[in-house]
Amino acid sequence: MPTILEVNNLVTRFYTLDGVVHAVNGVSFHLEEGETLAIVGESGSGKSVTMMSILGLIPSPPGKIESGEAYLYDGYERRDLLKMSDAELREIRGGQIGFVFQDPISSLNPVLTIGEQIAESLVRHLGLSREEARDRTIELLDLVGIPDPKARYRNYPHQFSGGMRQRVMIAIAIACGPKIVIADEPTTALDVTIQAQIVELFLRLQKELGMAIIWITHDLAVVSGLADRVLVMYGGRVAEVAPVDDLYEQPRHPYTVGLLGALPRLDSRESRRLVSIQGAPPDLLIPLKHCPFAWRCEYAFDRCWEEIPTLQPAGLNRKVACFYDLERGKPRHD
Amino acid sequence: MVARETTADSLLDVEQTWADRLAYWGRFWWRDRGGVLGMLMFLVVVFSAIFSPAISPYDPLQQNLRDSKMPPAWYEEGRWDHPFGTDNLGRDIFSRIVYGTRVSLTVGFFGVLIAGMLGLVMGAIAGYIGGRVDSIIMGVVNLVLSLPYLLFVVFIAAVLGRSLINVILIFGITDSPIFARVTRGEVLRLRESGFVESAVSAGATWPRIIFDHILPNLIGPLITLATFEMSRMIFYEAGLGFLGLSVPPTVPSWGNMLAAGRKYLTSSPWIATFPGLAIMFTSLGMNLLGDWLRDVLDPRLRRTRK
Amino acid sequence: MTDPNNVLVRVENLKKYFPITGGLFGRVVGAIKAVDGITFEIKKGETLGLVGESGCGKSTTGRAILQLHRPTAGKVFFEGVDLTSLSREELRRMRPKMQMIFQDPYASLNPRHSVGKIVGEPLVIHNLMSGNALKERVAELLLLVGLNPAYMRRYPHEFSGGQRQRIGIARALSLNPSFIVCDEPISALDVSIQAQVVNLLQDLQEQLGLTYLFIAHDLSMVKHISHRIAVMYLGKIMELADRNDLFDDPLHPYTQSLISAVPTPVPKLERVRQRFILTGDPPSPANPPAGCVFHTRCPLAVEECRTLVPEYREIRPGHYVACHLADEAGSSKIITEVIPLSV
Repeated sequence: MPTILEVNNLVTRFYTLDGVVHAVNGVSFHLEEGETLAIVGESGSGKSVTMMSILGLIPSPPGKIESGEAYLYDGYERRDLLKMSDAELREIRGGQIGFVFQDPISSLNPVLTIGEQIAESLVRHLGLSREEARDRTIELLDLVGIPDPKARYRNYPHQFSGGMRQRVMIAIAIACGPKIVIADEPTTALDVTIQAQIVELFLRLQKELGMAIIWITHDLAVVSGLADRVLVMYGGRVAEVAPVDDLYEQPRHPYTVGLLGALPRLDSRESRRLVSIQGAPPDLLIPLKHCPFAWRCEYAFDRCWEEIPTLQPAGLNRKVACFYDLERGKPRHD
Repeated sequence: MVARETTADSLLDVEQTWADRLAYWGRFWWRDRGGVLGMLMFLVVVFSAIFSPAISPYDPLQQNLRDSKMPPAWYEEGRWDHPFGTDNLGRDIFSRIVYGTRVSLTVGFFGVLIAGMLGLVMGAIAGYIGGRVDSIIMGVVNLVLSLPYLLFVVFIAAVLGRSLINVILIFGITDSPIFARVTRGEVLRLRESGFVESAVSAGATWPRIIFDHILPNLIGPLITLATFEMSRMIFYEAGLGFLGLSVPPTVPSWGNMLAAGRKYLTSSPWIATFPGLAIMFTSLGMNLLGDWLRDVLDPRLRRTRK
Repeated sequence: MTDPNNVLVRVENLKKYFPITGGLFGRVVGAIKAVDGITFEIKKGETLGLVGESGCGKSTTGRAILQLHRPTAGKVFFEGVDLTSLSREELRRMRPKMQMIFQDPYASLNPRHSVGKIVGEPLVIHNLMSGNALKERVAELLLLVGLNPAYMRRYPHEFSGGQRQRIGIARALSLNPSFIVCDEPISALDVSIQAQVVNLLQDLQEQLGLTYLFIAHDLSMVKHISHRIAVMYLGKIMELADRNDLFDDPLHPYTQSLISAVPTPVPKLERVRQRFILTGDPPSPANPPAGCVFHTRCPLAVEECRTLVPEYREIRPGHYVACHLADEAGSSKIITEVIPLSV
């Protein structure tokens, strides 16, 4: 599949009272047409800041994108999102790139009806007339599984439950036929049965509409049945990226191993002790000159304390940023 | 290889150097420059009130009719021994402004003290006990707040007569509902907070919950409110003075000076201008300070910052 | 019935309604039936998991047991004493034996108190220790939960979420309780930190012989830590059983759909798993449906379910369920196998 989004060496920092927060420290990845890429990381891993940087949603000040490129491909043409003006970015957001956030209530305007909010996006991005936008909106509400869409068109956000609001957000995200939908923890605030509904909806929409999805989450379980590829972030860097089966079956980064070990397993009768990663994630105020995971890593050796590992190929379609070769059980030589 | 010794937990174990601390305070002062300016302005006023005799070149009551209505020093007819000029009775305006801070700050400080104490007790009782007690106290509070404030103050001042203590009492009583309201709101919030529930589940008695858990967390919002209210009281005291309802006319207060200067507004504008500027200066400083304190003392805002 | 000597907590027909006030004069116009008649026991030394979705009343249950919310009706026996009949002072003297670990490690620690004061406060409240003895006990507690005793003089805002939760655990342990209600203690924490806290809770249970009521919405974590599990929906217990029994053979349709909705970190399993995804949202606890509260979302509901409240019964030893259809023949099954154990 051809690449649709390519991010190279993105660096984003926040200049705060307490010092410089090194939120994203050289993140590179690509997204292919129609695939689902899961970005997994804990709080402070830089997963959300990465996406906000690409969408031009970093508050500045205190935030600043220091360097990097984020190419959006359109056939043979490519445009760098990081170099676009605010007006161009507004055109892209909600147009070619749709997005869904964790908290639907704060993303919806409480004084406008749901229908108006979706229709507004259609009028602005696609230049539809009021009537066309209205009809299309009702189609969209139906598509995301909102019962009785004609009546619901005239309802306000507070008249919807959390799960229904998230469906509305998804309707807005897909309204203009985007090529990419970025979903930032879209199910974290929802109950498990509602979460299953939303995951199912995303899978169905992707099958019908064929867009690529970037799914940002802290939960490795949620994306295991959803993603084609998984990218694990730690300390503002990419730790590992691999096809979904490979990552869960043969994790190559000690952090991924730890994350998987920390999850209790529903599918086993024995209750083994959880593998816990000691310590806490790095303080992003301290600029690091070594592997950010070295403190918590049981495999760390001298080299891990001397330089920062870069993302290197490690098998078919996968890359890992680690000096230790977990497969062979010894330091990697390159 | 120092890094290996430290844990990644947080900054808890990292020794801060003097340069780090200096840089932190530098960023802190620069980001909060408005608040710092406000604090400096407020300190100037406090300093003048405490050291009035040392700062002012003349006795503020000393009349000198020969030098009356002398313009400020930078006018042609002005002299540097009367930097802000003199009033219609030849009293030195600069000295009167400096002494005027005493009246303003006394009214502001004690007024807020009384209002704060009354309001704290009322608000805390209403918020903590709730139910009928809450309804009654808040009913009274809303009644007082619904009175046309200035008319009420003018009425009481007219009945009780002109004295500093009366002004303080009036402000203290009429302003206490605002403190009561804020206190009640905060107490309601704190009563439902996790740490109060945690104290109850540990078996804490109600005095401990009030004095150890609720009151310490009220200090921040109340200090912020007190700053704004003090600035308001200084403003209103000057207003009352201007109407001739505050301290007796012989006392150098900014309100009295304004009133006295009104008659000479066209011929000698400086007589009314300088007390006006003094009021503005104080009010601006305290509002800047209050805004800043609100940000710094509110634990909810602090949490988002770090 | 289990051996009565082995029971630490017994909850009988517990109800907690919150009044809904409305109108100008704050008249009571209705009630939110947060907990609506539940009965269960917690045995000494076990962990009873209490799961359900938001608004099902699981947190209220924990608080009603500890009398932080006084129950509307029903009884709570702790070591044979009915807590609901105790006066405020009598209850206060019982508090050391039963403690709580809170969900939000940010809100549950007083920001103006030092860590030493927070952890030592329960001991001070009950006049158990002071001076150096208190300081030593606090240091010991901090060590027990894996924190450096030197942190005693620090304030909560200097700590990360996981560290704060450890402080909260140390505080709960200070009075040597026998029973701890853990109210979603890990849901605010990052995955790798969750495992640390769960391991700590399990180690402490082993070392100190604690009994837990573990309230959570995360089914896989509840399965991991609990010996028995109760599933709540709209203020009622739908099913209660031994951990493996519940997951191998869930009888209530709600339990089945809940388990089938939980994702696992096994891509191959996820692709082949049977799912039953419930449609719609749970009804409001202010106006619960008549009959079985689950009938509005239940794919198997028959006429009986709409009118008659199902009895909460022991269908086989230790396995309780509140469903008209549940029987050994599998009439209440919507999925044959909720989790295939091998792919």
